[in-house]
Amino acid sequence: MSTVSVITGPRRGWRSAGTWIGAAIVGVATVCAIFAPLIVPHDPFTQDLSKRLLPPFWMAGTNPDHLLGTDQLGRDYLSRLIWGCRISMLIGITVTIVSGLIGITLGVLGGFLGGRVDDAVLFAITTRLSIPVVLVALAVVGLLGSSMALLVLTLGLLLWDRFAVVARSTTMQVRNLDFVAAAWCAGCSRARILLGEVLPNIASHLVVVATLEIALAILLEAALSFLGLGVPPPLPSWGLMIAEAKDYMFFSPWVIVIPGVALFVLVLGINLLGDGLRDLFGARSDP
Amino acid sequence: MLQFFARRLIVAILVAATVMVLAFALTRLSGDLAISIAGPNATQADVEIVRKAYGLDKPLSVQFFDWVGRAATGDLGDSYFFKKRVADLIAERMPVTFTLGLTGLVIALVVSLPLGILAAVRENTSLDRGVQLVALIGQAMPSFWLGLLLMITLGLQLGWLPISGTGSWQHYVMPGIVLAFSAIPALTRLTRAGMIQALGSDYIRTARAKGLSRAAILLKHALRNAAIPVVAIAAVQLGFMLGGSIVIEQVFALHGVGFLAWESIGKNDFPVVQAVVLVLAVIYVALTMLADLMNAVLDPRLRGP
Repeated sequence: MSTVSVITGPRRGWRSAGTWIGAAIVGVATVCAIFAPLIVPHDPFTQDLSKRLLPPFWMAGTNPDHLLGTDQLGRDYLSRLIWGCRISMLIGITVTIVSGLIGITLGVLGGFLGGRVDDAVLFAITTRLSIPVVLVALAVVGLLGSSMALLVLTLGLLLWDRFAVVARSTTMQVRNLDFVAAAWCAGCSRARILLGEVLPNIASHLVVVATLEIALAILLEAALSFLGLGVPPPLPSWGLMIAEAKDYMFFSPWVIVIPGVALFVLVLGINLLGDGLRDLFGARSDP
Repeated sequence: MLQFFARRLIVAILVAATVMVLAFALTRLSGDLAISIAGPNATQADVEIVRKAYGLDKPLSVQFFDWVGRAATGDLGDSYFFKKRVADLIAERMPVTFTLGLTGLVIALVVSLPLGILAAVRENTSLDRGVQLVALIGQAMPSFWLGLLLMITLGLQLGWLPISGTGSWQHYVMPGIVLAFSAIPALTRLTRAGMIQALGSDYIRTARAKGLSRAAILLKHALRNAAIPVVAIAAVQLGFMLGGSIVIEQVFALHGVGFLAWESIGKNDFPVVQAVVLVLAVIYVALTMLADLMNAVLDPRLRGP
């Protein structure tokens, strides 16, 4: 596997175009997420039953006050979409922080120390991979009640495997390099070598994994919210928006098309950016 | 070879045991199960009756080993809601999930193998980039949303396929397509990478020098070597797909194991939930072992001395 992902020749042209598109999408989403309360045209929670299911701007009968129309309770769709972006980004990033802390710690320790510790780490990864993520996340949220904090913790505890695999294999490569040996000879402590020599040298690989994990966490959150066991209503998560609009989709398909396209574009953008970073760093992120 | 599999088997059993502990702990997370089973209108006396009837008054360790002991003999306990044996419930629903998983896997292979080969043969052309774009799109597609879109287009507007249920084989086409999307990116990339590696190797140059036809080189020599990791990953992907089908089963109202688990979560029917987690994990472990076995059979180099 390792020899095939070697990049031959310059990766300009479409690759860098993809990276720029990805960066632009992520940039817009970040701005929306941070400044959501300032840029929403309406309050995303205010209902107006006299304005239910107004169509978006490209359809007949639209209301210029609501560019993307309104939902089944008369809430402004554009405002809910922007607010939903905030929730998706927040969950994607916090889940990745939790899973990254767990996975990187396990992977670096296993790869650096080897032996029994590494066996234990490998066993933990194998066990984790055998656990059906969606089912367990649904069960935890279903049994304990839905809240953002619980959702982040649950997904973080379930999604650390790729971090661990990549951190472990890259640490093994770095461990035997000359500068680590030099640090040993200089009398550095184990902790000093791990934090000062190993971690900075595998960081670029971990950044690539982090982008993929953010995208995955966003998709999973949407799926869980769609099933009613993710973000609690009335928060406008994109998955929840699709679930709530599902009953109307056969008459007005745009109610599910709009939040779905937003979800798809954001995840695609993050993955494009991640691919671009991987080429830039020459890193590998596949386990 | 035998030693290798003995070790793998021991690890598999340890994984299953760990999953049992986790699944048991998972369903005890909510605190007092007797209260949630008895329902919101139950009196203290009712709760006590429920606690006795379900054996919840015993210490947790006793409950756990009770469950493990009976699970080892195939008895996964009784469902509180369905009033049936959990093993029977899962056996009833498993064919639907397996049919769905296999349909998804077949569709995924039919799409990704040709795409991956095509991209490898035309490496670094616009065709190759197009294939990689397809993989990226598949990776970013929310499965439940794709399912709804297919229901609107193929189901309602074109009327080609039934929208939900399990009556005939046509009912499995749309969910199968949706499920396949989750495996297509990985399988396509792996086929492409394997083919590129194979096509650059010495035995392909020898085959070319012998004057073999392009098709013979591609399909007989290169593909056979490139297929080894793909076959193994396909088995692992099937395991992921069975676990991940819960969302799709819910969207298309397919009454498989995932749907059963979803219903049971809503009803606090924890013997079913913990059993489904365990069964899916064991199937996944078995499939990864099968993948290793297939690898060893297909590639004699891996068998060792």
